[in-house]
Amino acid sequence: MGLLEAIILAVLAASTPLLLAATGELVTERAGVLNLGVEGMMIVGAACGFGGAWLSGSVIVGAICGILAGVAMSLIFALMTLGLAVNQVATGLALTILGVGVSGLIGSRFVGEKITPAPKLYIPGLTDIPFAGRILFGEDAFVYLSLALIVGVSWFLYTTRAGLILRAVGDNHVSAHALGYPVLRIRMFAVMFGGACAGLAGAYLPLAYTPFFIPGMTAGRGWIALALVVFSSWLPGRLVIGAYLFGAVTILQLHAQGAGFGIPSQFMTALPYLATVIVLVLISRARTGGSTAPAALGTVFVPDR
Amino acid sequence: MQLVLEKRAERSTTIALVSPLIAIGLTLITMSILFAILGKNPISALGVYFIDPLTDSYSLQEIAVKATPLVMIAIGLSFCYLANAWNIGAEGQFLIGAVCGSWLAVKTHGTDAGYWVLPAMLLLGAIGGALYALIPAICKVRFGASEILTSLMLVYVADLLLDYLVRGPWRDPKGFNFPTTAEFDPVATVPILIEGGRLHLGAVITLLVVVAGAVLLGKTIKGFEIRVVGAAPRAARFGGFNSNQLILLTFAISGALAGMAGIIEVAGPVGHLQPGISPGYGFTAIIVAFLGRLNPVGILIAGLFLALTFIGGEQAQIAMKIPLDVTKVFQGILLFYVLACDSLILYRFRLISSSPKVSSGAA
Repeated sequence: MGLLEAIILAVLAASTPLLLAATGELVTERAGVLNLGVEGMMIVGAACGFGGAWLSGSVIVGAICGILAGVAMSLIFALMTLGLAVNQVATGLALTILGVGVSGLIGSRFVGEKITPAPKLYIPGLTDIPFAGRILFGEDAFVYLSLALIVGVSWFLYTTRAGLILRAVGDNHVSAHALGYPVLRIRMFAVMFGGACAGLAGAYLPLAYTPFFIPGMTAGRGWIALALVVFSSWLPGRLVIGAYLFGAVTILQLHAQGAGFGIPSQFMTALPYLATVIVLVLISRARTGGSTAPAALGTVFVPDR
Repeated sequence: MQLVLEKRAERSTTIALVSPLIAIGLTLITMSILFAILGKNPISALGVYFIDPLTDSYSLQEIAVKATPLVMIAIGLSFCYLANAWNIGAEGQFLIGAVCGSWLAVKTHGTDAGYWVLPAMLLLGAIGGALYALIPAICKVRFGASEILTSLMLVYVADLLLDYLVRGPWRDPKGFNFPTTAEFDPVATVPILIEGGRLHLGAVITLLVVVAGAVLLGKTIKGFEIRVVGAAPRAARFGGFNSNQLILLTFAISGALAGMAGIIEVAGPVGHLQPGISPGYGFTAIIVAFLGRLNPVGILIAGLFLALTFIGGEQAQIAMKIPLDVTKVFQGILLFYVLACDSLILYRFRLISSSPKVSSGAA
């Protein structure tokens, strides 16, 4: 396997959790809800996903556990922000703080255990094609799922009636309510979808990326996913580009560390975080003509009767 | 019948006063259930958490030591949150303050520098923290970049910078290769208040910060502007208040306080710079700020309470083998309940019939 092939494979793997989590958050934000708890939902998804896989011996059961854990966390968020009209920023922070604790509590008994990671696809003939075979036909199921999911989300948002309503709710909840759409119920489903994606993204880490669980293994990926949604200008297509760019930064800094240019490893490790700051600044600056964010993003809605 | 949320005509002052207490009560009930699930006796577990640390002088001092950074950071954060500026990177500003102050301690180590060292270190810590907090603030006001995400990203960067320094240029040559600087000289150390104890001058500085915070918020025009910009941005614009300037100001204040808390922690209880100097003070301070109702005196009480959970958590781990993560779960649940109860200041629940009658002249 050549170096370039290895790098591309690693980039795909590193980008997948970012893409999964960001896809969910994109839908949530398109419905007008800013859930800053992605990191918290991811890390609980990681602990539950690993736990499920370790106890059952099945990666699929693990992935389902991760999804359910993410949904459960997102329901707490929905109850608070939609049911009780609490500030979304503060609730999202609380969700992350809680998630770190819950994940540590659940995951502590799994530290040091190992599982068989998710198998890679193998199609005789196709996967054996030099270079492109492994990249196109030799990934684990999560990689394909993440791409299918963003295609599905794009189709849903732009070609279905339900997608149009969801975007309407995110842009102007008062009008949507006046037209008779159940704003809070639609938002709850969007938040749950975001939770499911974040939980799956978290579960991906111990199920496929590294076959073991360590506390805090999401390492800020949830926050980077949030930044990616801003980067994408809330457009699914750009989200894919952004996720793979960030995956590439992560992997290239690892290779640069290995090559040892004499740059301290900490500076290279800091690169994805610094890149996020710089990208946010550049994107926000380019958008001086007005924001592309959903107009009602982050605002509380209490229906008038 | 259906339960709906309804806006109150005016904010309920009764609930504003009792809501933190309701939140704490609900948290204790939830924690009891959690302890029971973990197979521990809830009553004795709560006793170890919240009563035992209050019964001996060592633990009481330890609570004050832990509350010192929490309260100092939270006072600064409350300014930001009141002005609707979301600084969630206080953890990073804390670390950068520690790094900037430690620079002087490392440079003067082993020299005969006088008593000016410690005040200069505190000043450097505050300046470092403020400048670090100004990065996301400037990105916000100049370019419109979300201060939430940028300030949080800079936490990871600060953590890695500190790690690099104590493993690289600042490592103690006599430190057996441990990632730590040399122990600070006496002139670079925060003095202890009680001989043989752990309570240090930082606690006094924190009390001064609480007073200064209360005066600034309650008695000055700037404090008034901060509150108006957050509570009624439109009114603030009509009033001609410069909201960008206030974002910069509140970020600088909170960064300075977080940075000062950082250098006090390093020059006080820790005594040298090393990784892991903070068990998440910058994040717990967010909870302290909200539990304290973004009010300086409230924050002082809330800080002591959350410090109690740190100490109680350590004791519960030793005495009852309750995992330390339970403390984080506790803090997270507490913040949820605080936010939920605060919602009832502005809203109330009402039961309505689910099939609304076609009433005459309905609006």
